[in-house]
Amino acid sequence: MADETTTHTDAAHATAGADAAHGGAEAGGLPQLDFSTFGNQIFWLLVALAAIYFILSRIALPRIAAVLAERNGTITNDIAAAEELKLKAQEAEAAYQKALADARAEAQKIAADTREGIQSELDVAIQKADAEIAAKSAEAEKEISAIRDNAMESVAEVAKTTAADVVAALGGEADAKTIAKAVDARLKGA
Amino acid sequence: MRIIPRLAGIEINAPRGSETRDIDVADDAHSEGALSFHPMDQFIVKPLFGDGAIHWYTPTNVTLWMALTVVAVLALLVFSTRGRAVIPTRGQSIAELAYGFIYKMVEDVAGKDAVVYFPYIMTLFMFIVLANFLGLLPMAFTTTSHIAVTAVLGMLVFVAVTAIGFVKHGAGFLSLFWVSSAPLPLRPVLALIEVISYFVRPVSHSIRLAGNMMAGHAVIKVFATFAAITAIAPLSIAAVTAIYALEVLVSFIQAYVFAILTCVYLRDALHPSH
Repeated sequence: MADETTTHTDAAHATAGADAAHGGAEAGGLPQLDFSTFGNQIFWLLVALAAIYFILSRIALPRIAAVLAERNGTITNDIAAAEELKLKAQEAEAAYQKALADARAEAQKIAADTREGIQSELDVAIQKADAEIAAKSAEAEKEISAIRDNAMESVAEVAKTTAADVVAALGGEADAKTIAKAVDARLKGA
Repeated sequence: MRIIPRLAGIEINAPRGSETRDIDVADDAHSEGALSFHPMDQFIVKPLFGDGAIHWYTPTNVTLWMALTVVAVLALLVFSTRGRAVIPTRGQSIAELAYGFIYKMVEDVAGKDAVVYFPYIMTLFMFIVLANFLGLLPMAFTTTSHIAVTAVLGMLVFVAVTAIGFVKHGAGFLSLFWVSSAPLPLRPVLALIEVISYFVRPVSHSIRLAGNMMAGHAVIKVFATFAAITAIAPLSIAAVTAIYALEVLVSFIQAYVFAILTCVYLRDALHPSH
């Protein structure tokens, strides 16, 4: 900047245009319009562009493209693998559900069979019990009627004896046949 | 920059100049015929070593900042991707983002058959965007603020696109200027307009970039000069900050605009029919 200051003051105080090197800038114009620097700028621009083009086309762009391609490949592979695993998981789930359903059906069948077996056994037992009960009650009834008959006979016997005794006690005379007839008639009438 | 020695000189004579005094000095300097603000000094091309004449091969500040641009390209696109990681690091993400951004632009705007020119467009974009950003560093020299640089960039695109057009389509490339969808009497007029607009392309293409860069940097410099005046220094520093933020945006947008216009021109060359 110091040298600029001197050249500037030179230009301002000395004859205008004497400073050839910085003519454009020092005449109050834009440094951009100082044509003496154009060759320099264009040369170095072309050098820089060539360098950047070389760097990009030889190193940077192929490398980035490779990285992006690799990433895309990895992502595609991973998605495919995930898809496959998902299918496998679905298959496994279907198999599991099937096994579960089978097991449940089996369990129901077993339960039904068991229930049926128990029911038939139960029926047989009930029938048997019913038959036994019926037989026992018939027997009991028979016994009861036998006892009742015996009782009636005993009653008639007692009544005949009692009647004979009563007739004898009253001083009557009655043969056993008549008394028995009268008692029987009386018992039937009762 | 040049204002400092002059003010210093004044202040030896005058006791601690007030703001009005400073402005008077500035006005005096202005009436003298030399700018007291020197927002354009940042654009002066200087030799790096010594103070000789500038030949085409002289290493200048242009050389330095273009070399830094190349270094930035190396750092961003080569050094950061050295890991070639499937899961990218931060630097590699930026490189991939830049790659994807320009690749998609070329594919979408210029067409699928234009991807062979992708390295060329990527070169232009990376050079412009990094040169723009490097130019925003304090004390930097902005190579893209020079019409000499942007005109070469623009002409490279213009010449390349025109050559591609003629190589691919021969004389059929001229149908770009013959609007077959327009009524016949209008076509010669439209052809004239199309031809003029075609030749204006490299001019607008290059001046847009240089103009944006130069204007932004000059405005920052003007506000920075005002920061020497105590009373308005906070305002001026705030303005510098705001314009700097705008310039960051402009730096990217101008590189983007340059690249997308290149793609548009390339599409015209590859598919000249309207």
